[in-house]
Amino acid sequence: MPTESNLPTNAAYPTLDSEPFWDALNDDRLHLPRCTACAYVIWYPRHHCPNCGAGRDQIEWFDASGRGAVYSYTVVRRNRGSWGEILPYIVAYVELDEGPRIMTNIVECDPESVTIGQAVEAVFHSVPEARQREHGATGVLRFRPSA
Amino acid sequence: MSPHAHIAGVFEHPGRTLPDHTVAQIHAEVAAGALADAGLTFADVDGFFCAGDAPGFGGLSMAEYLGLNCRYIDSTETGGSSYLVHVQHAAEAIAAGRCSVALITLAGKPRTGGAGPGASARSDAPESDFENLFGLNIINGYALAAQRHMYEFGTTSAQLAEIKVAASTHAQHNPNAFLPTMVTIDEVLESPVIADPLHRLDACVITDGGGALVVVSPEIAASLDRHTIPVLGTGVGIKHTSGGRIDLTHTGAVISGPAAFAEAGVSPTDIDYVSIYDSFTITVLMTIEDLGFCPKGQGGGFVSDGALQSPNGILPFNTDGGGLCNNHPANRGGMTKVVEAVRQLRGEAHPAVQVPDCKLALAHGTGGSLATRMGSATLILGRDD
Ligand SMILES: [Zn+2]
Repeated sequence: MPTESNLPTNAAYPTLDSEPFWDALNDDRLHLPRCTACAYVIWYPRHHCPNCGAGRDQIEWFDASGRGAVYSYTVVRRNRGSWGEILPYIVAYVELDEGPRIMTNIVECDPESVTIGQAVEAVFHSVPEARQREHGATGVLRFRPSA
Repeated sequence: MSPHAHIAGVFEHPGRTLPDHTVAQIHAEVAAGALADAGLTFADVDGFFCAGDAPGFGGLSMAEYLGLNCRYIDSTETGGSSYLVHVQHAAEAIAAGRCSVALITLAGKPRTGGAGPGASARSDAPESDFENLFGLNIINGYALAAQRHMYEFGTTSAQLAEIKVAASTHAQHNPNAFLPTMVTIDEVLESPVIADPLHRLDACVITDGGGALVVVSPEIAASLDRHTIPVLGTGVGIKHTSGGRIDLTHTGAVISGPAAFAEAGVSPTDIDYVSIYDSFTITVLMTIEDLGFCPKGQGGGFVSDGALQSPNGILPFNTDGGGLCNNHPANRGGMTKVVEAVRQLRGEAHPAVQVPDCKLALAHGTGGSLATRMGSATLILGRDD
């Protein structure tokens, strides 16, 4: 079960390309597409391999480890709107053990403690109830420092 | 006479806040200004180029509003670099005989009228839900690149601040500059941190306004009284997140720069003046490295000690004050980069910042988000005399 979060994320809209990713977040799984022709792990989720050009028939989905390391991050200290009410927060790219570098928030830590290279693991958050939308996804993938 | 297409007219709107103008009006005013600068009229235009800032349907709405009779049209959209891409396309169209007087316009009112449609990616972009859930905004994205550059190369905030200081040193001579006051390194470092490691003064200004260029055939150029500027080389580079193998420390200039230098047959050491896209200080630093003005990772040391200050620095840049201090109309700085490079080559920059005997200039545009999903475009411009 995804945990509730106070981060003011609006629900994403799953598409035919991304639906398996969003559905799996509800089961606390990081589900990613991979190319069966060249073994490339693809981010963001799509039914096309940007590495070799293989089409949708050659895309398979698998559960990734959810482990990675911080590739870059920023401590956001000023912003407008709802994100401006929860400052400071961290926007980061996490490099997954499977290869892709993906945008996320780093949570469950002192924002001043985050460093590039720090080991992190996936946490599965739910979209705040007020921000859920019809046909919208209910999960958000974030990361926290791993032990 | 050289065989190249020439930039015959340039115009930068003097306005920085234009609440009483429509965006279409600003397009019209800058078009009229650039045509007058060239000694041409709207009736002479047979090619029209605009990007996502232009209201309406591609280039059709603005061609109608302006009253153009075109046989060539191009609405290539690569964000703030679009107008340099347009110069490339105009030069190619002119060489192919498809048009002989190409008009390129930019206008917008982010200061008083909102960004408006076309100024950013459409919400149906397939990547949007993988980037927009996390409190990302423009400066946060540039901060991620700056942080990684600091990690890999030891770049410092004080080095980034040198870039703002150089721009502000130039802006004090520009009566139209939005921020005409000189700032010091300490003032940049003491301005509020918006997103580590970037401060408020690491960012460009937000201004209404616009600009226009007129690119003409060599034959038309020869017929004009105006000092026209040959387009010696052009290059375009597209960089994206590469299936998730994102590289935050390089820009598309690694593609566009070598292409432009090769076509012009010159190298970075030959360049007298550079206009470098400066949405943020880090944009300048990474671009200077990627264009080959210094080895990768050494941009921080390179920009220190006034290197970018005109006329005495080793690489005078953005002598109008750039986007950092002068003008960033429509949140797109590419147009003004070309305009100031042309001023330098004509000897029409402010005397305090004019590069003596400026013979060869580079203008570089950046569009989209630094290092992640971006269009880069480089022009090498010269003189015929
Ligand atoms: Zn493949």
